[in-house]
Amino acid sequence: MFPIVEARPLARDVKLFRIHAPRVAKKRQAGQFVILRIAEHGERIPLTIADSDDEGNITIIVQGVGKTTKWLNTLETGDSILDVVGPLGEESEIDTFGTVVIIGGGVGTAIAYPTAVAMKKAGNHVISIVGSRNRELLILEDEMRATSDELCIMTDDGSHGEKGFVTEKLQQVIDRGAPIARVLAIGPVPMMRAVAERTRPHAIKTIVSLNPIMVDGTGMCGGCRVLVGGKSRFACVDGPEFDAHQVDFEVLIQRNRLYKQQETESLARFEKEQCEAAKQKSSCRLEQST
Amino acid sequence: MAKPLPPKERMKIPRQAMPEQEAAVRARNFGEVNLGLEVVAAETEAQRCLSCADPKCVGGCPVGVKIKDFVELVLAGDYLKAAAKIREDNVLPAVTGRVCPQENQCEGACIMGKRFSSLAIGNLERFVADYERQSGQIGLPERAPSTGKKVAIVGSGPAGLSCAGDLALQGHQVTVFEALHEIGGVLLYGIPEFRLPKDIVRGEIENMKKMGIDFQTNVVVGKSMTIDELFDEEAFDAVFIATGAGLPQFLDIPGEHFGGVYSANEFLTRVNLMKAYDSEHYDQPVYDCRDRNVAVVGGGNTAMDSVRSAMRLGAKNAYIIYRRSEEEMPARKEEVHHAKDEGVEFMNLHNPIEFIGDERGVLTGVKLIKMELGEPDDSGRRRPKPIEGSEFEMPLDVAIIAVGTGANPLVQSTTPDMATNKWGYIVADEKSLRTNKRGVFAGGDIVSGAATVILAMGAGRTAARSINDFLRTGEW
Repeated sequence: MFPIVEARPLARDVKLFRIHAPRVAKKRQAGQFVILRIAEHGERIPLTIADSDDEGNITIIVQGVGKTTKWLNTLETGDSILDVVGPLGEESEIDTFGTVVIIGGGVGTAIAYPTAVAMKKAGNHVISIVGSRNRELLILEDEMRATSDELCIMTDDGSHGEKGFVTEKLQQVIDRGAPIARVLAIGPVPMMRAVAERTRPHAIKTIVSLNPIMVDGTGMCGGCRVLVGGKSRFACVDGPEFDAHQVDFEVLIQRNRLYKQQETESLARFEKEQCEAAKQKSSCRLEQST
Repeated sequence: MAKPLPPKERMKIPRQAMPEQEAAVRARNFGEVNLGLEVVAAETEAQRCLSCADPKCVGGCPVGVKIKDFVELVLAGDYLKAAAKIREDNVLPAVTGRVCPQENQCEGACIMGKRFSSLAIGNLERFVADYERQSGQIGLPERAPSTGKKVAIVGSGPAGLSCAGDLALQGHQVTVFEALHEIGGVLLYGIPEFRLPKDIVRGEIENMKKMGIDFQTNVVVGKSMTIDELFDEEAFDAVFIATGAGLPQFLDIPGEHFGGVYSANEFLTRVNLMKAYDSEHYDQPVYDCRDRNVAVVGGGNTAMDSVRSAMRLGAKNAYIIYRRSEEEMPARKEEVHHAKDEGVEFMNLHNPIEFIGDERGVLTGVKLIKMELGEPDDSGRRRPKPIEGSEFEMPLDVAIIAVGTGANPLVQSTTPDMATNKWGYIVADEKSLRTNKRGVFAGGDIVSGAATVILAMGAGRTAARSINDFLRTGEW
């Protein structure tokens, strides 16, 4: 069992967890992830390690989108997670490249953050572009500011920072004409694809962290295979970071849709159970009060 | 207690048949197919043993179970002692009694098989192990006094478990590290419930915990820590690497990325380990096979397990697509028969050359080519050759690739001073299972390539013997 030492909401449907997992905390490098299973009967899901500390805790940031992540987000400080395994995947390639642009979209910012920290530490000039739909959904603004030489906030509705997409800001940065050694983009697949298309004409090396469906996360099943440069690669052991200009994003999108129906059904069942549990609690309280 | 009969009488008794669930019923449930011998049948079967002065069966068993002795105890009606006798050499009797290819091993060596049918050793082993479990009185062998030595075992499949059992008996402190969340390796994620109920595997693991073995799940050696760190930071005196051959091989043909195309490892892991067949209660999904066309590519036991699982998930048609003929199939004959009885269609001498999908990226069909057999190749099997112009398409919703596995490189890639061969398998001395790295031993599929449960257990025993020698003498 892996105890949750801190659970704290960051934005609507987004929660930060610090989990005691000393073996993982000791070894993890930027870009790596864990696979966790909340409890018996649960599924295994991959989540990126956003941070770690000397007390043996790792930080993960979870957006509630389906049954497992919504279930996870009901957990509080003091609860436990049954299985946490890692660190998995290859670490980000960190070196002194020069100017590095780090782009985080939505909860992808949590994945970009540890690499931004490592890039800054390695002596790079870090320009960060963080995007979200609106102000309420923005996460890690202070943390990203602290590790960036320049931080640009973009919101779709202009409720914070500048109005527009991260790709528009990226274009502006490219248009300044100063050399960019590398771009790292992490977020929704359409965003990563759009970034790849912006940098391709300028031949700027661009890295994306892919998020295919995974089961074991150790290279045993190939469920997470992605097409990179026309070749099948396993994101869990060969990635999750790949050269954006080589990735077939369409295949990734299609494969991620595979279990749509089961996912919808599972979430519906979970929400019904939550509802009934809540009803029972309130009826108990009614009984107590009468 | 049954009376011993004169040999001539014993030979007249027919081999006792294993009762099984009816094919039409079992093809749609995950309950165990073989139901196990009743007491009377077990007693009768035990009577057939000729009690050879020089029993050949023992030599046919990769872990050297004292077969004659345990069968005599069955004959004497002392089933618990019989089980305890097996446990002296075999930590997983309820498992091996079910999944060993006995026809190639103990039963293949049985003298009775020459003229009649061989003694049903596997069924008897299973009988006493099940009897023992149901009685709740497990006859665990005595442990030697503690040696104060620590051994790390990497991987909790059959090789790791049998090595752990032997070393624990010799008084060493044993820790087993497993990357997945449950102990058992292929026994858990690979072999389906209908051939090997998972509660039986869990029961055997509990027995091993009682023997003082420490099991640590969720540890990926090679990622969570390296082999060197096991020695330097965790103070282990020896390491046994038994990580198996868990890297799935694909066909490398167009369209393999379409939704609905699985490796057998992924399909079986979802179905067995994550219990996707019980979608009411378990969260991990599997592609909906109900009323679909499902094909498994390959002819080994993994292919049979996959296709029979697909049948049980409700497939309308379940096919085996195999590039050679049935004669060359590496799967156990029993499994092939079971599959056929359950309605699986065999398309032998066929090979996929392309998967076809729709605009959503979902599999809709497969292009096959017919094959014929040519001259024998290095493996002695006749080489399949495509028949030009024989291509045709068939509709398909799910394809499961079961054409073999390779060596997972995680441990090797972080242990650069340990020798591997050109396929990535670990190089270990055949007799001692020592690698070129001091204190590190390796065995099972990660050395031999994909083989059987019992061969891996045999390797585990060999490793335990040589680890014990190393720990006692310090000589390398």
